This record gives sequence, C-alpha cells and structure tokens, in this order.
Amino acid sequence: MVADRLADGAADRIFQALGAATRRDILVRAIRQEQSVSALARHYEMSFAAVQKHVAVLERAALVTKERRGREQIVRGNAPTLRKAAALLDAYEQLWIERTTQIAEILAGEEGSTT
Amino acid sequence: MTVISTTKDPDALTLTLVAQFDTSPDRVWEVWEDPRKLERWWGPPTFPATFTRHEFIVGGQSRYFMTGPAGETSRGWWRIDAIDKPRRLTFANGLAGDDGEPMSGIEPMTGHVTFERADGGTTMTAVTQFTDVEQMQKMLAMGMEEGMTLAIGQIDTVLSPVPV
Repeated sequence: MVADRLADGAADRIFQALGAATRRDILVRAIRQEQSVSALARHYEMSFAAVQKHVAVLERAALVTKERRGREQIVRGNAPTLRKAAALLDAYEQLWIERTTQIAEILAGEEGSTT
Repeated sequence: MTVISTTKDPDALTLTLVAQFDTSPDRVWEVWEDPRKLERWWGPPTFPATFTRHEFIVGGQSRYFMTGPAGETSRGWWRIDAIDKPRRLTFANGLAGDDGEPMSGIEPMTGHVTFERADGGTTMTAVTQFTDVEQMQKMLAMGMEEGMTLAIGQIDTVLSPVPV
C-alpha cells in the first residue's frame, strides 16, 4: 500500500534522524544558516567522517539538502514545503514501482501467446 | 530487474522512472492503449481502476474510477496531448468529481512516456510533472483508504514544525 510505505519510509526516516542529539543540533545550525560540513564539524568532538554520516542521515530524511560548491559541501535546512514534496515524491515513486511491476506481470503472462 | 532507476526532484516536482521490459515497444504500448490491460496496472493492487472511456488519440479523453477495499470509489480523467505510436505519449491526468467529469480548481499532472528498443527489449521512461504539493497530495489520496489519507495528513504535522 502506497500510504503504508510513505508512513513507514518517510516518517520513520524523519523520526530516526531526529533521534540523536547531535543530528538535532546539526539540523538547527543548518536551518539557521547554511554552512559547509567542515564548518559544522568544528562544533563537535568527533571526526569529520562521523559528522558527514550524521548529515547523510538528515539528508535521507529530506531534513537537509547537501550541495557541492567547489571543494566544500554546503548543508542547508530544508524548507517545509520541499520536505513535504520529497515525502510525496517517495509515495509516487512507490506507486510507479507497483505499476511497473504489474505491467511486467501482464507482459509475462502474455509471453508465448503471441510473438 | 524491471525498474532500472527512479529519480526524484523535489525542486522541479518531477518523478522519473526508467524500466526495462523483455518485449517489443508495440507490446508495451498495448498495456497503455488497451483499456482492459491498462486497468490491470494503473491502480494500486488494493484500488483497481476501471476505464469507462479511453480515447487513445491526440485530444482524446479518458474517464476512470478506482474501487477501494470497502467499495469506495474515486474518479479521475486523462487527456492525451501528444501521441506517436509506439514511441511517445504525453497526457494530462486529473481528479474528477462525482459526475466523472474533470474537477475545476485543481491542475492535472502531466505524464511524458517514451518507449525505446534496447537490449532486445524495451526501455520505458515515464516522467511525471507535478504542479504543486497540494495537487500531489490530493491525487495520491485517490488510491488510498480514508485511514491512509489521515495518516498522510499526520505526516504533515510531523513535517511542519521546525525546531529552531
């Protein structure tokens, strides 16, 4: 079911992303002002790679976007509309995957009956 | 693997799906052109579609309804804007009212589909262009039980407040 997957997928990713204090802190900083991963990393006593992983989790939940500018990766808090659009696109993606699967089944069922 | 890739662009509001089928473009085209085949895949498995009208020509109109598990129905329409058999298809897809005719005040979404011969089969690329988030939400609610629509509404609540 499309909506089940939206609920399971998008909402779970958001709750999971907000489940760690560091990620909530990163999100708040990125919403207040867009900044590079390295600028964010300076605030925490952890490796750049660890901060980058936290940013990736926020990105998968569509809470932030990441954009490469020169040698920097700029992290920006995602506007609510954009996040909503991302969640809805997830649901439509599932719908189209279901449609494609059903098309493949129809075509497979026809195999042999005609060329 | 039937689905090769999906690309979502939340800025442009587009969804692109690329799929590969082991048959000719003509055969893939038929699942779009033949309403009896189309209704076997257009609706989600729990919300099968029934096409009562399907004119597969430029300017042609389609009317359909989808039936949910509890017998509830929701109605929609297509309008074919461009057609080049078996290569390319552009159509508008919108919500219909209880009379089955296009509802005013909500823009249709647009589907661009291409079919190309590749690797002894057919590559189908379907691009869906949405107008705005409200439309995306209303159109999606078509293929869902009421409880699911409510669940989607709750996601709004989750998504809206921003902790600053």
